[in-house]
Amino acid sequence: MASDDVKLIGAWASPYVMRPRIALNLKGVEYEFLEEKFGSKSELLLKSNPVYKKIPVLLHGGKPICESLIIVQYIDEAWSGHSILPSDPYHRAVARFWGHYIDDKWFPALTGISRAPTDEAKKEAIEQVFAGLKFLEEVLEKSGAGKPFFGGDTIGYIDIALGSHLGWLRATEKLSGLTYLDESKTPLLVCWAEKFSAHEAVKCVMPETDKLVEFAQMLKAKFSAPPSK
Amino acid sequence: MGEKGVKLFGTWASPFSLRVELALKLKGVEYEFMDEDLQNKSQELLHYNPITKKIPVLVHNGKPLAESTVIVEYVDEAWPNGYRIMPQDPFEKAQARFWAHFIEDKCLKAVFPVYTSTGEELNKAVKEAQETLKALEKALEGKKFFGGETIGYLDIVAGWMPYLIRMTEELAGVTVVDAGTLPLLNAWFDDFLDVDVVKSSLPPKDKLYAFNRARREKLQSGQKAH
Repeated sequence: MASDDVKLIGAWASPYVMRPRIALNLKGVEYEFLEEKFGSKSELLLKSNPVYKKIPVLLHGGKPICESLIIVQYIDEAWSGHSILPSDPYHRAVARFWGHYIDDKWFPALTGISRAPTDEAKKEAIEQVFAGLKFLEEVLEKSGAGKPFFGGDTIGYIDIALGSHLGWLRATEKLSGLTYLDESKTPLLVCWAEKFSAHEAVKCVMPETDKLVEFAQMLKAKFSAPPSK
Repeated sequence: MGEKGVKLFGTWASPFSLRVELALKLKGVEYEFMDEDLQNKSQELLHYNPITKKIPVLVHNGKPLAESTVIVEYVDEAWPNGYRIMPQDPFEKAQARFWAHFIEDKCLKAVFPVYTSTGEELNKAVKEAQETLKALEKALEGKKFFGGETIGYLDIVAGWMPYLIRMTEELAGVTVVDAGTLPLLNAWFDDFLDVDVVKSSLPPKDKLYAFNRARREKLQSGQKAH
């Protein structure tokens, strides 16, 4: 049936692609994963997301949905079963707020570290990353009361939004030598990261840190190599 | 705990706190507006939003929320009876959220250079703004408002455009949106500004223009100093 037809356009290394995959896994929805080849964009991708031409794109009965956290919300609303967002409007809004914070403030600070033009800017970016993690540690503590996830006993929206970045966070730690998830600073997050990564809806789609490190080194070599004529 | 009612921290000029005001008014919710001085933020604001320290912040029965688009969705869910702000269907909702993201991510950035530039830079900025805004017209096809027959979430999120782009056009002496270049958006500008709740909520025109005239001059003289 066309309405049951679920496809996801993505790539193994993308934290954004991980998000709808986790959501679909949590809902027990079967889907076809259409892996994009690195360096080129498929016709289907360009047709399905003409505005951004980016992955992930969810195709449900042929209809495209774009933007990872929007896709996650769509999945939560279109399929019953495991609830990804809380049921209470206030807590839903808080979860959405943290989704925005993670994507608009925290992650750009993380990627900004290596791109910082001055030592001062680099220091500021690092501080922002740690400050953000501290905020998130407090959220986990408050929502928790000893619960393993931001969503309580089970994975929820904030878990997915933050957890999808763990692969690259660990790869960045390996490449830079800096520890971001530090037990002395954010013990709850360290514990959470392990539980999240081991969850059955996550572990099959979490990219291996070493593979990401290799990928990052390949990218660096490719883009810093002199252009061939 | 025990704190009852609705408080909105914003500024008279902010299009972001305006979004929340429109949502609250559409729902018929009474609220207290706390007009902030952004150069001298109140202790209350900083207490309620220590994370980003920005407006708008909605405080509902003592519980704070930040991020204007998040707050608008919250208002729709917290007062479920009455005016419908979000679409019902999950796919329609996803579309509305997608375009809201596009507006936040691309449109404001595309229009700002029109506000600040002069000469050849300004002409270039106008063309780029038009290109960006053209994409948004897709969401208006076959409809009077983004929300259909009546204004909804996406109209609210896009609501800064009709009055701020028109103002920018006047201050900069250019045309960005008209029937020739962006016909759907042009028509929507007029229809949106004609909605009663919008008319009664917009910041006073003279005050807004004076404020922006001064701000624009400051930004441009700052640029010349380089």
